[in-house]
Amino acid sequence: MTQGKRLLVKRGASLEEEACTATSATELALERATHGTSGAEDAAIRRRQRRLGTHMGWFATAWGVAALVVMPVLAVIWLALFGDDGSDQAGDGIWPHLVSTVLPDYVMTSLALVAGVAVLSGSMGVVSAWLTTMYQFPLRRTFEWSLLLPFAIPANVIAYIYTDVFEYAGPFQGALRALFGWDSPQDYYFPEIRSLGGAILMLSLVLFPYVFMLARSAFLDQSPSLRDASRTLGCNGWQSFWRVALPSARPAIAVGLALAMMEALNDFGTVDYFAVRSLTAGIFNVWLNMGSLRGAAQIALCLMIFVVTLIWLERHARRRQRQFGKGDRYRRYRRPTLHGWRAGLATLACLLPLLFGFLLPVGLLTRHAIRYFEESWTPDFAGYALNSLMLSVSAAVLTLIIGVLLAYAKRLDRTASVQQALKLSSLGYAMPGAVLGLGVLVPLSGFDNALDSFLRANFGFSSGLLLTGTMGAIIIAYVVRFLAIAAGSIESSLDKVTPSMDMAARSLGENTFSTLRRVHLPLIRPGLLTAALVVFVDAMKELPATLLLRPFNFDTLATHVYQYASDEMLEQAALPALVIVVVGILPVIVISRTIVASRSES
Amino acid sequence: MTAVSMISASSARKLLLSALVGVTAVTAMPAQAQEEVNVYSYRQAYLIEPFLKEFTEETGVKVNVVFAKQGLAERLKREGRNTPADVLLTVDIGRLQELVDEELVKSVNDDVIEANLPEQYHGPDNQWFGITTRARVLYTSVERLEAGQVASYDDLADPSLKGRVCSRAGDHPYNVALIASRIAHNGEEATREWLEGFKDNLARKPQGGDRDQIKAIRDNVCDVAIGNSYYYGKMLDNDEQRPWAEKARIEFPDQNGVGTHMNISGMAMTKYAPHEENALKLMRFLTEKTAQHMYAEVNFEYPANPAAESSELLTSWGEFKQDDLSLTEVAKYRKRAAQMVNEVGFNQ
Repeated sequence: MTQGKRLLVKRGASLEEEACTATSATELALERATHGTSGAEDAAIRRRQRRLGTHMGWFATAWGVAALVVMPVLAVIWLALFGDDGSDQAGDGIWPHLVSTVLPDYVMTSLALVAGVAVLSGSMGVVSAWLTTMYQFPLRRTFEWSLLLPFAIPANVIAYIYTDVFEYAGPFQGALRALFGWDSPQDYYFPEIRSLGGAILMLSLVLFPYVFMLARSAFLDQSPSLRDASRTLGCNGWQSFWRVALPSARPAIAVGLALAMMEALNDFGTVDYFAVRSLTAGIFNVWLNMGSLRGAAQIALCLMIFVVTLIWLERHARRRQRQFGKGDRYRRYRRPTLHGWRAGLATLACLLPLLFGFLLPVGLLTRHAIRYFEESWTPDFAGYALNSLMLSVSAAVLTLIIGVLLAYAKRLDRTASVQQALKLSSLGYAMPGAVLGLGVLVPLSGFDNALDSFLRANFGFSSGLLLTGTMGAIIIAYVVRFLAIAAGSIESSLDKVTPSMDMAARSLGENTFSTLRRVHLPLIRPGLLTAALVVFVDAMKELPATLLLRPFNFDTLATHVYQYASDEMLEQAALPALVIVVVGILPVIVISRTIVASRSES
Repeated sequence: MTAVSMISASSARKLLLSALVGVTAVTAMPAQAQEEVNVYSYRQAYLIEPFLKEFTEETGVKVNVVFAKQGLAERLKREGRNTPADVLLTVDIGRLQELVDEELVKSVNDDVIEANLPEQYHGPDNQWFGITTRARVLYTSVERLEAGQVASYDDLADPSLKGRVCSRAGDHPYNVALIASRIAHNGEEATREWLEGFKDNLARKPQGGDRDQIKAIRDNVCDVAIGNSYYYGKMLDNDEQRPWAEKARIEFPDQNGVGTHMNISGMAMTKYAPHEENALKLMRFLTEKTAQHMYAEVNFEYPANPAAESSELLTSWGEFKQDDLSLTEVAKYRKRAAQMVNEVGFNQ
């Protein structure tokens, strides 16, 4: 055996092989039976080669998919290095200017925004998830699914709505003035809604469902015996939550928080409207006013590095933890019923996020929508809704397929390289949609034009643009952008399936693919549904990439809302915004009920 | 076993690819063979729809539109010679200049267009044209200020207005263009001083859009605001917002100086326009009286064609002196202006 081969074999022999001694022994026995005379060593080599082949298949898949998905990110890196930098004078770039003026402020604002959203959405999400999982109190079953609803409301829309209500001229302050007899802003103090605090609040209200959803499924997956054990060891309910349940749900909560934080970091609509000068605002300042696409891409990359570092730190901190569940997890748990003020408090804790994140804004939207129905209704809505649905469904399905492929490849092949592929493929979420839109544009148009030039040169006809400016381009952008969300949810549910399942399936003669199909997919169905749901709803709301990449005369509900909202005509935007919410919540309700049902609680 | 899993892995990939290809194949189908013209628009589609409809009725040419606020120039550039776009519609001189700088548009030498639009609205080498103009005006409180009391951009920096001025973000293209025009007129030094004074007078951190500033006057948050002229018209046109707008009056600044700063909405033809003839038809149409009048009537913008009839409301605001500074000059100082906004920390 040559040195190189040895190396390869070693690489192929992953963790899993070491663990799968049972499988190996069976195979070896079979091997001997069929080949009779072959020496044990030959068989072992052949076996290893075969296994290497298996892994190579998944290895190639993981890298192939990751390469496709990572292309737009690479394109942004390319723009950061070689894009137009708009310097008309002998330019030393825009960095010295930025660093000496607004950059420190952008960075601090972004940090504060992200930290604020993490704390607020984290606490709303974890508390409501814990309560609805562990206790019985009034409306609990409703909260179980309805706490996901705020998710269907686009962040910029909720910002418009609350500004309307809470600004000086709004009904809320108006009522206060009438009540206390004040008549000018100088008479009293009221917190400015268009502020950093306001932005944190708005974003948290629509982003906390990420945390709620993931924390809840983690709590549900925890074996009650774990908590029972902690109670017998002397923890009270609070300590049991704080010291056992919370740490063991940490990976899922971290994923939820990471998603909320990334979305907050990349939000443009809300921060722009609230005049919060975050790094995203900086990107547009540099790109549009100073004509430096290069500078904009560089800021976007810094943002991305920041996010990636954050995620890496979290993962690094729990690198030695692994948890597996057995599948029986929940059935025996009976929720203690809360009574009196405790029940009231629990209901309130779940009601408040729902009220401010969903009921109130939807109520106000409905009011506007009814009032301006004549001006805002168009028969084209059906078409817009159909476009939105087609894009979102395609994106959800594709993202799911890719997410499963990647997560499963990672499970089979625990080499560092596959792990890297997985991480790379999640980068798309770490940059603002508009920048990612450009990132998608560069490779697609590059491909189109290269193909066209080739055909023109060799066959004398032109293929024009095949991908650029099609729905396909938008779907690609969605997949790239939202893969991180799906991957997080899929990976964390797949991680919970104990490896002995794989071993058993494989020893019973299933190959890797059929094991995935017949064992893993059914087991992680709730996780898959969650992933699909989140991608779907996010895709419904996606705006900047859709605007930039869409075909002619093509509108989704989100772009239709934006048309009016961007022209300061919120009244006309209310009806289409409401339609987004309605179309968005239908699947939220259906899927969240399926998830609840699939837990088959007794 | 190995072979099977290899196949399954690759068939999964094939599935994926065919899904992708399927989607694009369906959507990439060419439109029916009809006379058409393709427009990339920085203006909201619903704003231009009435004229485009009129155009289609008149000429039988179908107009296809993509609207986006950012990145259309980049898309055009990336699409290169295969771009489907024929005509670009923009707001703000900055976008037009960008197109010229990136060599994405071509000269259009057409007698009709040149005759319809005054010289000052022809870009260099006719690479772009201004179709409508909008004034960057002052709004002042009817209750707390006399008419004419605040009458120039300089007043925005006057210490007597401390804590009484509102504005949207300083790096919004409309403000950047105004600052650039002042750099062109008064030089950097003076403009910076002015901008610092303006910032010191702000009643609150710059925020919201232009309408929000007019609202702020009604709300007694400030007495003077800066905004584009057409927003006022739109507010007067809206039953709910009319009473708010009536709390503020429109003042055309610098009537005794260089005149009110004007920005434009404009158009240009792409370098590789595949439907050149139709594109020219559309561009001509947009400079003709019908479309020009509709701009005034529907969106309260000033027609660039002097022969076009303005709207009743616009006429009621009266004639005023416009700054005749060339927009190319304005474009030249845009970047400097944007940096100055950062340097004085206008938005902080």
